[in-house]
Amino acid sequence: MSLAKRIIPCLDVADGRVVKGVKFVDMRDAGDPVEVARRYDREGADEITFLDITATHDNRDTLVHVVEQVASQVFIPLTVGGGIRTLDDIRRMLNAGADKVGINSAAVFNPEFVREAAQRFGSQCIVVAIDAKKVSQPNEVDRWEIFTHGGRKSTGIEAINWAEKMVNYGAGEILLTSMDRDGTREGFDLPLTCAISQAVTVPVIASGGVGNLEHLAEGVLQGKADAVLAASIFHFAEYTIQQAKEHMASRGIEMRL
Amino acid sequence: MSSVAVIDYGMGNLHSIAKALQHASPDVDVQIVADADLILQADRVVFPGVGAMRDCMQALNDSGLSAVIRSVAKTKPLLGICLGMQALLTDSEENNNTQGLCILPGKVVHFSEALFDSDGNKLKIPHMGWNQVHFSPHPLWENIPQDSRFYFVHSYYAKPDASSLIAATTEYPKPFACALAQDNVFAVQFHPEKSQAVGLQLLNNFLHWDGQI
Repeated sequence: MSLAKRIIPCLDVADGRVVKGVKFVDMRDAGDPVEVARRYDREGADEITFLDITATHDNRDTLVHVVEQVASQVFIPLTVGGGIRTLDDIRRMLNAGADKVGINSAAVFNPEFVREAAQRFGSQCIVVAIDAKKVSQPNEVDRWEIFTHGGRKSTGIEAINWAEKMVNYGAGEILLTSMDRDGTREGFDLPLTCAISQAVTVPVIASGGVGNLEHLAEGVLQGKADAVLAASIFHFAEYTIQQAKEHMASRGIEMRL
Repeated sequence: MSSVAVIDYGMGNLHSIAKALQHASPDVDVQIVADADLILQADRVVFPGVGAMRDCMQALNDSGLSAVIRSVAKTKPLLGICLGMQALLTDSEENNNTQGLCILPGKVVHFSEALFDSDGNKLKIPHMGWNQVHFSPHPLWENIPQDSRFYFVHSYYAKPDASSLIAATTEYPKPFACALAQDNVFAVQFHPEKSQAVGLQLLNNFLHWDGQI
C-alpha cells in the first residue's frame, strides 16, 4: 500500500478548442475540451490540466466556462494554467471549479506573487510551472535555466535554485517542462527532472517530450517524478490513459488502476 | 426532500463539494450557507475546508459558527472534510499550536520531514495524490471496495487519543488515521468530492445516513 504516481493529461486550449502543435506551430484540433476531459476521466486520469495557450481575455472567459462545465461532471482534481497573473485570476479559476492554478511567467516577473497567492489560497492550490532549458555545453556540468515566452526568452535564472526558491515562497507542487524536449516526442529530460525532484520537498510533475508509454515510466523510475503529464499521445487516441497506467504498473510503479 | 448544508466560512472553494453532493444524490437539496439558523435547520451538514488551521479557527470563532458546529455534532449527521476534519480535533501543531473545536479528542500533527519510501526515495510533503484507504465497518463505507484509492492533499494528519475513533487508515509511509467516526460525526482527511466514483459513493452514503452506526 502506498501513494500512487499520477498520470495527468494536459489540454492546451485555444478559442474553446483543445489544440496541439509542435512548439506552438502547426496546431491540430483535438476536440471539445469538455468532451475530451470527460473521456480522460472515464479512462482513469488522476487529474486533468487545462492550459490557456493564448492567454487573451476572450480565451480566459471561454476557459472559465469550460472549467465550470467540466467541474460539474468530472470529480477529480483540475488544474488551470496559462496567463495567471493576479490574485483575482486565481480566485476566478478556483470559483469556476479548479482545484489548483499553475503560475508560470508571473512568478518569474514577480516571485512575491507566489507568496501572496499561497498565503491567500493555500499552498495546496499553487502549482509553479517552470520552463527550463539546458544551457551547458556537453563537456560542462549540467546547467538548466528558466525560459519564458514559450522557451524563446532566457532569464538567466538557474533552474534548481529557482525551484527551491519557489517552494520556499509557498508552491505546493512544481510542474517542470523541458523546453528542449517539449513537442519532440523524445522523452522527458530525465537528468533535469531527477535533479529538481530530489532538490525540492514538494511533488514534481514531469512534462515535455512524451512520445510513448515507456517515456512515462522513465519519468518516474529515472526522473523520480511524482506525476507525469502528457498531451499529444492521448489526444489523438494513440494510447488511452488506461493503457498508460497498465504499462507503468507493469514496470513496477504504484498506480491507481 | 432532505437537505444538506455545506458550511461557508470563507475558507476555500465550496462549489466542488456542492456539485459533487448534488451529482451523488440529485434528489437532495444542497445549500452553501453561512447562516447559523439555516445550518441548524438542515438534515445533514458538511464541514469542508482548505488552507491553514489558524485562519480556519479564527473564521469559525469570529462568525460564531464554532458553537453551531458543536451543536450540529450533538444532533445530526456531520461530515468533516480535510481541514474540516482537522478542526474537529482538540488542537493542531499548525501555526504554533491552534486550538480546535474539541469535538473529537486528539491532536493534529505534521508529517515528519525525514520520510522515505521502500525504495529509499524521500517522501514528498504535502502528501498529494491517490492513496489506499483501509477501513473498518461503518455505514459510510457501504458499496466501496476495501483499500480503494481516494485523493489526498495535506501536510498535517489527525492523531486521535483513542484508536476506537479510527474509521480508516492510510500509509504514508506509516499508517495514519485518514477517517474518524464518533456517533453521528464522520470525518475524512481525503477529498471525496475529488475521488471520482468511490468519493461520490461515500457522499451518497452520507446523504442517506441517519447518524447511527
